[in-house]
Amino acid sequence: MTMTFFARCPAACRALLAPMALAACAALAHLAACAAPPEDMARRMAACITCHGRDGQATNSGYFPRLAGKPAGYLYEQLRSFRDGRRQQADMSHLLTNLSDAYLRDMAEYFASLDFPYPPPAASDLPAATLARGRELVFGGDAARALPACVRCHGEALTGVQPGIPSLLGLPRLYIASQLGAWVTGDRRAPAPDCMADVGRKLNNQDITAIAGWLAAQPVPAGAKPATALPGGLPVACSAMEAHR
Amino acid sequence: MKARRVLLRALLALLAVFVLLAVAVVALNLRGEDPVSDARAEDFVASPGQVERGRYLALAGNCAGCHTARGGPAYAGGRGIETPFGTLYTSNLTPEPLTGIGLWNADHFWRAMHNGRSRDGRLLYPAFPYTSFTQMTREDSDAIYAWLRTLPPAAQANRAHTLAFPYDTQAALAVWRAIFFTPGRFEPQAQRSAEWNRGAYLVGGLGHCIACHGTRNSLGATDTARGLVGGMLPGENWYAPALDAASEAGVAGWDTNEAVTLLKTGRTAHASVLGPMAEVVYRSTQYLSDADLRAMAVYLQALPQAPAAPPAPAGRRNEAVLQRGEKIYAQQCAWCHGERGEGVAGTFPPLAGNRAVNMRNASNLVQVVRRGGFLPATEGNPQPYGMPPFGHLLDDADIAAVLSYVRASWGNTGSEVTQREVMQR
Repeated sequence: MTMTFFARCPAACRALLAPMALAACAALAHLAACAAPPEDMARRMAACITCHGRDGQATNSGYFPRLAGKPAGYLYEQLRSFRDGRRQQADMSHLLTNLSDAYLRDMAEYFASLDFPYPPPAASDLPAATLARGRELVFGGDAARALPACVRCHGEALTGVQPGIPSLLGLPRLYIASQLGAWVTGDRRAPAPDCMADVGRKLNNQDITAIAGWLAAQPVPAGAKPATALPGGLPVACSAMEAHR
Repeated sequence: MKARRVLLRALLALLAVFVLLAVAVVALNLRGEDPVSDARAEDFVASPGQVERGRYLALAGNCAGCHTARGGPAYAGGRGIETPFGTLYTSNLTPEPLTGIGLWNADHFWRAMHNGRSRDGRLLYPAFPYTSFTQMTREDSDAIYAWLRTLPPAAQANRAHTLAFPYDTQAALAVWRAIFFTPGRFEPQAQRSAEWNRGAYLVGGLGHCIACHGTRNSLGATDTARGLVGGMLPGENWYAPALDAASEAGVAGWDTNEAVTLLKTGRTAHASVLGPMAEVVYRSTQYLSDADLRAMAVYLQALPQAPAAPPAPAGRRNEAVLQRGEKIYAQQCAWCHGERGEGVAGTFPPLAGNRAVNMRNASNLVQVVRRGGFLPATEGNPQPYGMPPFGHLLDDADIAAVLSYVRASWGNTGSEVTQREVMQR
C-alpha cells in the first residue's frame, strides 16, 4: 500500500524496454499512441489492478488470470474479444467498450513486455488419481475421443507459443476450469477457425477438473517464456496464430 | 322500456365518443405526412458528395451506436434498448432487401425519420428518437439514406421487441403519439447567429441530446419544454447531468474551446467523460468538424440557465459511516486520487471540488466505483486513463461509505450517499 502501487520497473528493465518501445513505435507508426513510456503505461493501466494485480501479476490463488508475460498477440485478441462480445465478462466488456484497436494493441504489448517471476503454486487438494488423469490428458490427450494433448499447441513446456497461444501455467485453477467450461458452452469464442472451440466441445466435467487441477498445481520454471515457434507446427488451423497479423 | 332506451342512448353516445377518439388518434398520427412515391430503391442515384455527407450525418446522429449489436455487423441492428416498458431491439439499416431497408425508397426513409412510421405503415417506437429527428431537413435525411444504401447488406433478421401489454400494441403507441408527438421542422431564429442556429439544429435534431439529458414522464415521453435539464437514462442507472446548470454539466461559464475539446477528445484539463457520454464521444462527436462542435458549444453555452439550486440542507453527519469511508478511501482510492482528493494533473482527476462528485444525483459515482471505466480513446487522447472496477472488492455499504466520505471532505458539499442508492443496479 505504498508508492510501489505502480510499476517501479528496475533500471535495467527500463533500459531494455525503452528501445523496444521505440522500435515498436517505428514499426507501428501510430506515433501519438507511442508517446507513453512504459512507466507511464503502468499508470494508464491502473484500471486493471483491482483484478489482475499490480503490473498484471495476479497470482494463481484467486480467479483472475495473470497478464504479465503472455504473448502480445494472444492478449490483443482477448481484449478485442471482450470488447466485441466473443468473450463474456461484464467488467471487461464495460471497460473496453470505447477503446480503439490501436490502444488495445498498446495494452497487449505492454503486458506482454513485463517479466516477473511467478510465485510457487498452492498445493492441490485433489486426489492423486485426478491429478494423474490431468497430467495424462495434458501430455497425451485422448485418442479415442480425438482429443489432442494440450502440449501439441501450447508448447512442450506449456508456456505458450508466440505470437498467439497462451501459457497454461501460473493460472488459477478456477480460471482454467471456467475457461474450459466456457469453450464447452460456447460462451467463449474466437474468430474462425476457432480451434479451441473444437477441442473444448469434447471435454466433460471430469476432464476439466483433472486438467485445471493439474495445471494449476505446476510450478512455473524460472525464466519461463512463450516458445518462439511450435516445432511440429499447429495440428489444426487456428485463428490464434493468424487473426492478429 | 324507458330505462332501456336511456341505456341504449348512453351506449350509443359512448360508442360515438370512442369512434371520435379513435378517428382523432388516427388523424393525429397522420399529421404532417408527405405522400410516399412508389419509386424503386435501386433507382436512387446519389448526388455528388451526398454519400459522404450522409456518412458524416450518421456519425453526428450516432445511428450506429444503437443500430449495431456488440461485435455485430455495423448498422445491422439487434442491440437491445432497455426501457421501463420492456426491451426494444434496434432494426437492420443495411440495404438488405428481406431483413434490412433494401426495399425502402428515400420517401419511406424520410417518413421514418420525420414521422416515425415504417415502410409498411407500422408506427415506430420513440426509442428511435424521431421525436428529435423530426426537426431534420429532408436534405439531411436523403443524405443519410444515400449513405446507408452504400453499406454492405447484412442478412440479419430483426428481433421482436419484448414489451409488456399494452405497450406492445400499435393502438397504445398510436395513442401515445397522438398525445406526445407532433412532427416538427427546425425553425431558425433570425435574431440568433448562424452558429447558434446550427448548434440548435444539431443538439435538438440529429444529436437527440434530450434523449438522455432531458426528463421523461411516466410514459417515457421527453419534456421538450423543459429541455436539457438532466435525467436518468431509461433502463439504466446512469444520470445524464443537466446541461443548463453550472452545478452539473453546464458549459455557460466555460471557454468555448474547452467545450469543443471535451466533445472532440473526451477530456480537457478540467473535465472528462465517462459512461454513456464516453460512448457518445467515442462513436459520434469525436468525428464532427470543429465548426459543428463549436456551434453545439455556442448553443449549449447560451441555454437559459437553471436557477441555482438552494444549498442542500446540511444533513446529519453519520460519523461511523464517514470513518468507514475514510479507511476505504485510504486503502483503495488515495493512490491515484491523492490523500486529500487532489488527484494528479492530467492523469487522475481531483475529487476535491469536482462538480461530478458533488452533484445531487450520485448514480454516476456509484457506477464508476462499482464498474470502473476508461475515458474514450480518441485521436486527441489515444491512450486514455481508466478507473478500475471495485464491485468485487467493495460491497454496497462500502461504496456508500466511501462516496459519502469523499462528498463530505476537502470542501466538497455533496450529501451522504445511502446504501439504498447504491443498491440500485
